[in-house]
Amino acid sequence: MTALLEVRGLRVVFDGFAAIDGLDLTVEEGELRFLIGPNGAGKTTLIDVVTGLTKPTAGSVRFDGQELVGRREHRIVRLGVGRTFQTATVFEELTVVENLDLADSFRLPLRSLLRRRRGVSDAVAAALEAADLTALADKPAGVLSHGQRQWLEIGMLLVQRPRLLLLDEPVAGMSRSERERTGELLHRIAATHTVVVVEHDMEFLRKYARKVTVLHQGRVLREGSVAEVQEDPKVREVYLGRAKGKAVT
Amino acid sequence: MTLGRVSLVVCVVLLAVAPLALSPFRLGLLAKYLCFAIVAVGIALAWGQGGMLTLGQGVFFGLGGYAMAMYLKLEEAGSAGLPDFMVWSGVEELPALWEPFGNPVFALAAVVLVPGLVAFLLGLLVFRQRVRGAYFAILSQALAAAFVILLVGQQGLTGGTNGMTNFTRFFGLDLSDPNGQRAVYAITALVLGLTFLVAKLLVRSRFGRLLVAVRDGEDRVRFLGYDPAVVKTITFTVSAVMAGLAGALFVPVVGIISPALLGIVPSLELLVGVAVGGRFVLAGAIAGAIAVNYAKTVFSEDFAEGWLYLQGGLFVLVLVFAPKGLAGVVESARLRWGRKPAEVVA
Amino acid sequence: MGALANQLPIGLSIAAVLLLIALGLTFTFGQMGVINMAHGEFIMAGAYTAYLLQGLTSQSFLIALPVAFAVAGAMGLLLEWALIRRFYGRPLDTLLLTWGVSLVLQQLARDLFGAPNVQVTAPGWLVGGVDVLGVRLPHNRVFIIALAVLCVVGVWLYLTRLPAGRRMRAVVQNRELAAYSGIATGRVDRFTFLLGSGLAGVAGVALTLVGPVGPSLGTFYIVDAFLVVVAGGLGQLRGAVLAAVALGFLNGYLEFWTDASLAKVLVFVAIVAFLQVRPQGMFVVKGRALV
Repeated sequence: MTALLEVRGLRVVFDGFAAIDGLDLTVEEGELRFLIGPNGAGKTTLIDVVTGLTKPTAGSVRFDGQELVGRREHRIVRLGVGRTFQTATVFEELTVVENLDLADSFRLPLRSLLRRRRGVSDAVAAALEAADLTALADKPAGVLSHGQRQWLEIGMLLVQRPRLLLLDEPVAGMSRSERERTGELLHRIAATHTVVVVEHDMEFLRKYARKVTVLHQGRVLREGSVAEVQEDPKVREVYLGRAKGKAVT
Repeated sequence: MTLGRVSLVVCVVLLAVAPLALSPFRLGLLAKYLCFAIVAVGIALAWGQGGMLTLGQGVFFGLGGYAMAMYLKLEEAGSAGLPDFMVWSGVEELPALWEPFGNPVFALAAVVLVPGLVAFLLGLLVFRQRVRGAYFAILSQALAAAFVILLVGQQGLTGGTNGMTNFTRFFGLDLSDPNGQRAVYAITALVLGLTFLVAKLLVRSRFGRLLVAVRDGEDRVRFLGYDPAVVKTITFTVSAVMAGLAGALFVPVVGIISPALLGIVPSLELLVGVAVGGRFVLAGAIAGAIAVNYAKTVFSEDFAEGWLYLQGGLFVLVLVFAPKGLAGVVESARLRWGRKPAEVVA
Repeated sequence: MGALANQLPIGLSIAAVLLLIALGLTFTFGQMGVINMAHGEFIMAGAYTAYLLQGLTSQSFLIALPVAFAVAGAMGLLLEWALIRRFYGRPLDTLLLTWGVSLVLQQLARDLFGAPNVQVTAPGWLVGGVDVLGVRLPHNRVFIIALAVLCVVGVWLYLTRLPAGRRMRAVVQNRELAAYSGIATGRVDRFTFLLGSGLAGVAGVALTLVGPVGPSLGTFYIVDAFLVVVAGGLGQLRGAVLAAVALGFLNGYLEFWTDASLAKVLVFVAIVAFLQVRPQGMFVVKGRALV
């Protein structure tokens, strides 16, 4: 059986600077994988390449056996790869329900898109529930708090029903209680989906991560459980040398 | 009944009694404003809802207008004759491009299909390559400039600078007879109503929500699994077809179609009404188009040079003080003084 | 072949004028996201400046160049200060706003100078021409080309050699970072406007050598100049130069081969085709700003 996501020999060069430099990564179906690494390690760039936002200089990205490199963004989404962004972007003029409904409707033929939305689909209702936004369903997304926007975005990702979810720093800028609720949400999602999370927050990592991949200078430095990674001297050096012990302790 | 419903009913009644209350001349003017209102609906769709600032609506208006004018000219000339302007410019044989326009079905189809096709092709090429915002605005303006130069240059085909005029009949209606004029007015009002209805349904549909999403975050929409280029191309095409219909009706209503009505400045003038009325609200755009064109008539009658100052000044004032137009002003007034709305939109 | 070669100085001088006009547009567009439709009226202002100054002294044409730069530059500065700075971040609205301003300015010119075109008499040393290798080089065309080259070199030196120019490039590339680094971006913006508008004024003086002056002079050139900006890439000096030369020649030669009315359509088609290959113009400011 092939893995769900296979990245091989990936290279991304921006103006002579190699953001990703010969990276290999394999994610099996059903995994919850954390990606960590110091700033500039290539974490977000990796997600950008997988989702078609950035074109790699070389290498291949296979999803369920299909090559993703060269496909346009919305095609990749249609294959079943979904993502969130570091700064949650939702459509502020649309209501919460409308945001979710759009994320749910992309499989509809154009003919049905031209009709009015009637009611709320089961998937949208479930996502409202999961993101704890039922009370705000008919408010414009512009009034949501930062944390609520992150949840709405995760909710939108859920109704998309992707096979692979890529979350880029889902708890950045959240309060402690918000982080906890996001963690629970993530836990529930991971029970039924394959998820890759980019995250800096170590406390969050220790609590929810199973398998961790450490990136450094555009390559994989180490892969293993949280404990294994934390004990690795190379990982310590990378973090200690740069962040003076703040990140991994 | 909501305020919107009430004003809709009032407008329909006003448009219905207008033929009884107005002189044929004034009714003709009103019909002309309605033509511009049809264009305004399309602009409100493309610009207000979709964020595509199209500075070339005159092109689509013109394509519809010329298609109609060609048919009317051929119908007048009869089976053997040539349109009057061709005789004057020494053309001896009917150009091949003109041949099919003798058929009314072909001409009517061309009114819709030619503007639609041009917009579709341009939209596809431009939006697929993610050319957008100001780039798109500039390209649409360049198209308007090129189109007018082409029309002027092809004297024998298009009537050159003078365009085509002196239309006497329109599908069996006598255009010099007040009853014929009333019928043309009625058709125009009907088409405006239909255009408004189509636009309204589109805005309220999922597609309409998607269009707003594309306007506010084109790149984000891709990650919801949609191709924004398709959404934009469809909307741009619909707005071009609306302009084409308006142009086709303009010909019997006003009795002329010429390059001077279609270039950069007229294309921008089409936007003035939409901006003044409120680009985000379809009814606002219609009201704005009618009001601005009415003001233009009034000023041109008494105070011709003043109009350009006024039009320019109006544009600047609206953009500085009321970027959402009069509809935006009404909306915020309603929020402040009217019934407490169910939700206050932050 | 001879006729073809004679078209060379004409194409180049069209390119030179387009370039002078497009320089201001590309910098205000690239740096501030402002699409200034009133830029055409700065050209007109420059041309009328030459008209008003003519006959005052024997060298009034040369004097008109810096005066037109000052007049048009001051108009640009005023426009930026009074209106445009309220509109940063709303590029499409600036387009409409400045179009409104352009209507008012055109009508103002009609009231001040009358609707009919006026003529500026070229100084004697710009009449006639020389033959070089069988190619006719009219003096006025050569002068326009030289003027544009001088201005471009000046702008290039300013951008690369002077601290003020480097500040301007910094703002074009990353406004926020420039502001954090202590650059007064507002002042840089105003100066860019002054410079760009001033160059349009100079272009206006140059245009008096090849045609009459009227209130709608600017409208004939503004669309082509914007196309130069689109094809060249935002805020790009070399892009603007290349695109202006390409467009000038395309215009000149297509008119020569087909008729003028078809030429404009072909130029439009060529630009849409070019954008299929380079959607962001010839040169792009590279950045990592995503979504």
